[in-house]
Amino acid sequence: MTFIQFLLQQAINAISIGSLYALMAIGLAMVFGILRLINFAHGDLIMVGSYTALLMLVAGAPFWAAGLVGIIASALAGLIMERVAYRPIRGAPDVAMLLTSFAVTIFLENFAVLLFSPTPRPFPAPAILGTALQFGQLRVASVDVVAIIVAGVLLVLLTFFITRTEVGVSMRAASQDLLAARLMGINVNRVIAAAFAIGSMLAGVVGLLWSVRVGKIDPLMGFYPVLKAFVASVIGGLGSLPGAVLGGYVLGILEILLQGLLPSSLTPFRDAFVFVILIILLLFRPNGILGTTEREKI
Amino acid sequence: MGDRIQQAEMAPKVMGLRERKPVLKPNVLAVLLLSVLLIGGLAATDLAASAYVQRVVIGLGISIILVVSLNLSNGFTGIFSLGHVGFMAIGAYTAAILTLPVSLKQVNLPDLPAWLGRLELPFLPATLIGGLLAMLIAFLVGLSLMRLSGPYVSVATLGFLVIVQVVLVNWDQVTRGARTFSGVPPHTTLWWVWGWAGLTVYVIWRLARSAYGRQMMAIRDNEIAAQALGINVMRSRLLAFCISAFFTAVAGSLWAHFIMSFSPKSFYFAQTFSIITMLVVGGMGSVSGSVIGTGFVTLLSELLRNAERGINLGFLQIPPIYGASQILMAVIFVLVIVFWPKGLLGERELNFERLWGRLRREEASDRHG
Repeated sequence: MTFIQFLLQQAINAISIGSLYALMAIGLAMVFGILRLINFAHGDLIMVGSYTALLMLVAGAPFWAAGLVGIIASALAGLIMERVAYRPIRGAPDVAMLLTSFAVTIFLENFAVLLFSPTPRPFPAPAILGTALQFGQLRVASVDVVAIIVAGVLLVLLTFFITRTEVGVSMRAASQDLLAARLMGINVNRVIAAAFAIGSMLAGVVGLLWSVRVGKIDPLMGFYPVLKAFVASVIGGLGSLPGAVLGGYVLGILEILLQGLLPSSLTPFRDAFVFVILIILLLFRPNGILGTTEREKI
Repeated sequence: MGDRIQQAEMAPKVMGLRERKPVLKPNVLAVLLLSVLLIGGLAATDLAASAYVQRVVIGLGISIILVVSLNLSNGFTGIFSLGHVGFMAIGAYTAAILTLPVSLKQVNLPDLPAWLGRLELPFLPATLIGGLLAMLIAFLVGLSLMRLSGPYVSVATLGFLVIVQVVLVNWDQVTRGARTFSGVPPHTTLWWVWGWAGLTVYVIWRLARSAYGRQMMAIRDNEIAAQALGINVMRSRLLAFCISAFFTAVAGSLWAHFIMSFSPKSFYFAQTFSIITMLVVGGMGSVSGSVIGTGFVTLLSELLRNAERGINLGFLQIPPIYGASQILMAVIFVLVIVFWPKGLLGERELNFERLWGRLRREEASDRHG
């Protein structure tokens, strides 16, 4: 295998994992943009979707149907979460909202442990997703290709939604200035619900891809994805949608680079390095790469 | 302040009485009384209480140290740290490695550097070294973290927690990696814990009322105005962060020598959420609130944990549901934030002078009316 092929191989890995981070980060960014809420429980939507899909699969449903139901379940869970936990505290200080999302996480995870027990369960994926594709001398796992394509399609759809539909434009207006948006007659409740629904649907999609990739699921599976999505959205600039996408891919590339460049004795410390880099980046760009500096009025 | 002046002016006119100066101010008196009660209660617990109650009381003391020191950073300076449990881990591991008997070190940690492998320290110096190391790390990390604000600081401190976790899990020679670190000598007693708790409360109480404390609160309430008044934001925040880290690490050491075996997982999100719950329930920005909140949540979670094993109500048998107490705690937490966003005390402190004054005024109006 030549050097170029090696690079290509790693690039595909990076973009594939980056796609998943980007999709997660968008969900976080949409909600943060409007509510200034860091939704820690976003990761648990992955878990909800994956377990629902698994239940459907066990009941004998075909994979596409199980996946669809899983994604819908994620979206519903996101909507319920907003209605039950976040709407009553809308407008509370940032910290109170962050803590509420913490509590939602603890609730959902312990609930899942009660229902499904903490032991991981295998996630049966259709054979086609488990194979490796051969492009010349390149061997690429088909999940990676699927992830890249799915993310690409979703990003195009999302761009269309955000720029061309009424709800999408209202959403951007609300994230610029919630009060002004309200004065312009925008139904804020509807917009926020839409943001949660779309973000949660994306989380459901990520959940499926993630479960297929890892091959097993457990009640705490949402933790690492949401942590990575945090990093991604902070790198890009909290609340900025293009920033979230950029941050996701940057994080994917960064992880693969660290994996390749660190001496093997240090590779287990990769996540620590990622966070060190994040903290250093925040020193120079306190609002992320694409984040705008919020000017405080005096 | 305003209260007292007003009272002094009004008292002669309204009641026709001369204000008699009490020998001791009510607050001082109350604190003395409470201390005597506390020491008496602790002595009684130490001598007479069941092992279970003693364990709960020790755990409560450790939680008080954790929550009060967290309050210094999260409540007084408004740097909402999610990473304090990382300092707790640093304190626990450092002190435990230092106090672990040499013979056990050879078995459990054969790959320690030679000088560390031969070292065996008493409890107090080990705890202090743990605290100072955490302080040093807090200083280094704080140099960059304290520049951030709002949600960024929370995410970045969360990052710090993850870094600590990754290092603990992978630094096999020193921490035994993800495996259980066991054999820590049971040095922690009721008196050690409550002595440290008293010291923590005293130091942070005094600090909050000093010029430094006022600066911290000024920054929290309005950073720009504070800067305009010439307050050094960075220095003030760093001071709070470092002192807070020191006491958190001390609590870590106490906990390590109490629980005796632990693993990196002990210092992660469950623990973070638990101390934050106590902080928020008590009221961010109030030292006495932290103590009361910690007591309240500890009591509640002990009750829930016992209930989890199943309740027999005579007519109704509730089967054991393990994990239900965590779920209930989360629900209670959300309810507190929704209906009682400032917690039990908010930013106020228990003030016996005011309480005393109110009592006397009621008494006086009773007599006149």
